[in-house]
Amino acid sequence: MRWLRRNAVVIAGLLTLAYLILPNVIVMVFSFNKPNGRFNYEWQRFSTDAWSDPCGVADLCGSLGLSLQIAVWATIGATVLGTLIAFALARYRFRARSSVNTLIFLPMAMPEVVMAASLATLFLNMGIQFGFWTILIAHIMFCLSFVVTAVKARVMSMDPRLEQAAQDLYASPTQTFLKVTLPIAAPGIAAGALLSFALSFDDFIITNFNAGSTVTFPMFVWGSAQRGTPVQINVIGTAMFLIAVLCVLGGQLFTGRRKRS
Amino acid sequence: MSAATEAPPEPAPAPVLEVRKPPVRKRLVPYWLLLPGILWLLVFFAAPLVYQASTSIQTGSLEEGFKVTWHFATYWDALGEYWPQFVRSVLFAAVATLLCLVLGYPLAYLIAFKAGRWRNVVMILVIAPFFTSFLIRTLAWKTILADSGPVVSALNSLHFLDVTSAIGLTEGTRVLATPLAVVCGLTYNFLPFMILPLYTCLERIDPRLHEAAGDLYAKPVTTFRKVTFPLSMPGVVAGTLLTFIPAAGDYINAELLGSTDQKMIGNVIQSQFLRVLDYPTAAALSFILMAAILAMVTLYIRKAGTEDLV
Repeated sequence: MRWLRRNAVVIAGLLTLAYLILPNVIVMVFSFNKPNGRFNYEWQRFSTDAWSDPCGVADLCGSLGLSLQIAVWATIGATVLGTLIAFALARYRFRARSSVNTLIFLPMAMPEVVMAASLATLFLNMGIQFGFWTILIAHIMFCLSFVVTAVKARVMSMDPRLEQAAQDLYASPTQTFLKVTLPIAAPGIAAGALLSFALSFDDFIITNFNAGSTVTFPMFVWGSAQRGTPVQINVIGTAMFLIAVLCVLGGQLFTGRRKRS
Repeated sequence: MSAATEAPPEPAPAPVLEVRKPPVRKRLVPYWLLLPGILWLLVFFAAPLVYQASTSIQTGSLEEGFKVTWHFATYWDALGEYWPQFVRSVLFAAVATLLCLVLGYPLAYLIAFKAGRWRNVVMILVIAPFFTSFLIRTLAWKTILADSGPVVSALNSLHFLDVTSAIGLTEGTRVLATPLAVVCGLTYNFLPFMILPLYTCLERIDPRLHEAAGDLYAKPVTTFRKVTFPLSMPGVVAGTLLTFIPAAGDYINAELLGSTDQKMIGNVIQSQFLRVLDYPTAAALSFILMAAILAMVTLYIRKAGTEDLV
């Protein structure tokens, strides 16, 4: 009883962790299911059919490719635009500074469905065809603020004397930027880019309003929830999960080794 | 080069690091840095909101087109017809946010103070679910909460569902297609948004403060109440905002895990916009949602006394 009371926080924390992980375990287990009907909600029997044929469902891998493509371009766009804004905010005093801050903050404080509906209204009124480009524009728009926040925090915490030191050592402004400023800001930029990629790849609500008949991976999953969920969805979900965990672990090993040497 | 010749309209804002007054070209640098990104946000974020506002006071039909007629009655009609969904959205989001706080705090505390060398592993386990599409993970709850599944039968044998159906959270002996399932899905989906800000806030607390409280004969509970929790307030405020705002506008959990009786305001906006094609009503509804959330957020930030947060 005493032990229980002393470790109550740890037990509660681990229970929450289990709550967070459970759906992922279910997704993984059910990627080996062989369902009877169209829906993959009940366990029938073990099978590796879906794993040996991940693209066996029409349009599935096409939508996955499209999502990856959009995520890559949205990441590049949002990272470039966001980093420029972050440098302006962190390094310069100028008028309209607080309005710029508000404009950056608002998209993060706005329910997605509001942004989605209003952007779609704009496209409709302008007579712009929904599709790849409208999705990309929307994704860059909502990823931008997250990049600015990540990069700004990093640049603000940087010691300005480092740059002065570089200039004292006769580095040109360009050299100072490339050899001092950029490497120090890099982790912030990388964090913003990663966040953008994840947000764009997984976005459903804004895409749902601005995609027209174009189908991204989340849109495919949404549609299949109505028509019937193929096991291949679970295969792709599990594969993405494993790849991401391996990347993170690999990255940690790499930085750990570099720190030691 | 036009930048070099054009004089700025007002006294020059000087870059922070410069001591001497910089030349005009340099003074324009921040504006050039801001230009593309801010333009993007103005055109694709701010302008659509203005468009939305004008759409909400239009009347007309799809065939004849919509015209601005200052028809504010759309707002009253929309509120009159869909107030149950509004109330439900706020209620579900509030309950889910509270649950996230109660569930997420111990885990954030665990990572910050108790995990030791397991810290990174636990951290990865918190973030990792993000990498599987959240729609797939939400669908997995259909399996977990299935009528014949182990979770529901366990809850039934514990008579838990008798209690929840007595207060209207569930119906009969099932969990799916009830408010409980939707709240459970909302809580699950936004839990990491609560844990991460809490963790960053808790991690910054100096552990010596705990020792000091202990040295002054504070019991662990008192230490938590008087030292740890007050210091973690910025994390609590950020976490509750990051959870409540998206949860209030969400329609995925209500659609996938609920029935027609659990529709939230997001579901209404989505179907008005994409299926019924009644753009004025959809616009009015999303404006009301936006105004309600902004008002609540401002009030909450004032009350919590962390205005420097944003």
